[in-house]
Amino acid sequence: MQSEVMFAGFGGQGILLSGKILAHAAMEEGYEVAWIPSYGPEMRGGTAYCLVVISDKPIGSPIIKNPKHLVAMNRPSLDKFAYAIKPGGVILSNASLIPNPAGRSDVDELRVQTGEIAAQAGSAKAANIVALSAFVARSGLVQLKTLKHCIEEEFSKRPQLIPLNLKAMEAGIAAAQKE
Amino acid sequence: MSKVLMKGNEAIAEAAIRAGCLNYFAYPITPQSEVAEYLSWRMSEVDGVFLQGESEVAVGYMIFGAAGAGVRVFTTSSSPGISLMSEAISYLCGAQLPAVFVNIMRGGPGLGGILPSQADYFQATKGIGHGDCRLLVMAPASVQEVVEMVMTAFPLAEKYRNPVMILGDGLIGQMMEPVEFPDHLKSEPTNKDAWASNGIDFRKGSKRNLVRSLFLDPEKLNDNNLELRAKYERMKREEVRFEAYNTQGEYSVLIVSYGTMSRVCKTAIETLKAEGIEVGLIRPQTLFPYPEIAVREAARKSSCRAVLCIEMSMGQMVEDVERCVQGARPVQWYGKCGGDVPTPEEIIDLVKRTLSPM
Repeated sequence: MQSEVMFAGFGGQGILLSGKILAHAAMEEGYEVAWIPSYGPEMRGGTAYCLVVISDKPIGSPIIKNPKHLVAMNRPSLDKFAYAIKPGGVILSNASLIPNPAGRSDVDELRVQTGEIAAQAGSAKAANIVALSAFVARSGLVQLKTLKHCIEEEFSKRPQLIPLNLKAMEAGIAAAQKE
Repeated sequence: MSKVLMKGNEAIAEAAIRAGCLNYFAYPITPQSEVAEYLSWRMSEVDGVFLQGESEVAVGYMIFGAAGAGVRVFTTSSSPGISLMSEAISYLCGAQLPAVFVNIMRGGPGLGGILPSQADYFQATKGIGHGDCRLLVMAPASVQEVVEMVMTAFPLAEKYRNPVMILGDGLIGQMMEPVEFPDHLKSEPTNKDAWASNGIDFRKGSKRNLVRSLFLDPEKLNDNNLELRAKYERMKREEVRFEAYNTQGEYSVLIVSYGTMSRVCKTAIETLKAEGIEVGLIRPQTLFPYPEIAVREAARKSSCRAVLCIEMSMGQMVEDVERCVQGARPVQWYGKCGGDVPTPEEIIDLVKRTLSPM
């Protein structure tokens, strides 16, 4: 079984970090993983995306035209990638910035107010963790306890940020269940 | 040591340190600048030397100097930067000095672009510098493999007293994958007494070593080149490495592909297999020396009707494939160059078109 998750949004929204935490969690659970960033002459506010491939077999092509899932943090990302997602996949869209639905009836679409939820948890900057956690809760790609461990590890060099991010994680999980 | 998730560029940097290389000179260029970024703090932790040169030309000669002094040394760059270093690489070959060069290729020619490419194949394998010089060239297809290749590159460079090049594409540098580092191999060149120009007081014997590539006497220059040729012939006998994938049974098409491109081909091969179409793959892990016999024999399998060479260039390795197949089967090139990596779907289409009756 192979799953691919596209994370997309503005530069500065923590897109690459969300993907890295998911890849790390999948690796901890024994899966083969690859994390492929878009790289180019990018800037804050420009587009940023990365693809995480998770598989129980060695990963062949790191280039995937039709990923299984999408986490879209802004409207251009949803408009650009929603059509490419495989039927049956999860599309998590950041309702704080995206007014329109994905326009797909064959996917599991989850709209989460990541900005507002993160602000309530302590800082709107944790919107990426809200989105990642809601996505993981809905897709079940990795266990929530592994996700928690990897969030803690990611911020281990700035431990003062761990409580905020764990709070954002819990709120993200709750948002996925509420839907 | 357990697995860690690492970007290819950072893994290259860490692998070099673990191979005992404590001297790194470089000039930043996308898509491999993370190597320099990583080593800018990591080298000081291990009391190594990190120095950013004023240009790649200067870096090439910093490498030349350090290699001449008998220490392990390496650099990393990307296509245009390697062009600037090529003069020094030729000098290293001529003076028979070991060093490791990593080229994380981007699109060309000229400034080209910054996305993945395999368009420096000719440069690396046939024309790295002036004179009769060659490099041992290794081509990784994963982060784990680039680590292993970097770690073996140093002893190989010293075995042959010749530069070794790791030829990866931008994706190998930018991608994160789990990687496990072999145990710390920190070591010194074992045969440096034969070439190191310093440390005469600590050396067995008291022969003075000269670092030079200038031989004005034609006979002596010819002798030097014969010595180099003998080394390159020995590489052909001893260092060929390749992976054969799905070649055990019968297959109707053989693909030859390396690096990131070969992984895309593997995905296509698995999809085709599910549809009942068998395709074999030879993935050269060394580009010089080239797996000539493996390609020739795989192409000549009786079930094989055609050979496809798929690469992220406008057709470079295909000339080596044609040379090996020697006309026994039709050889066709397919590729893209500029940053777009051909997808598995494109390769599946290509195989089906190749097999469809005219």
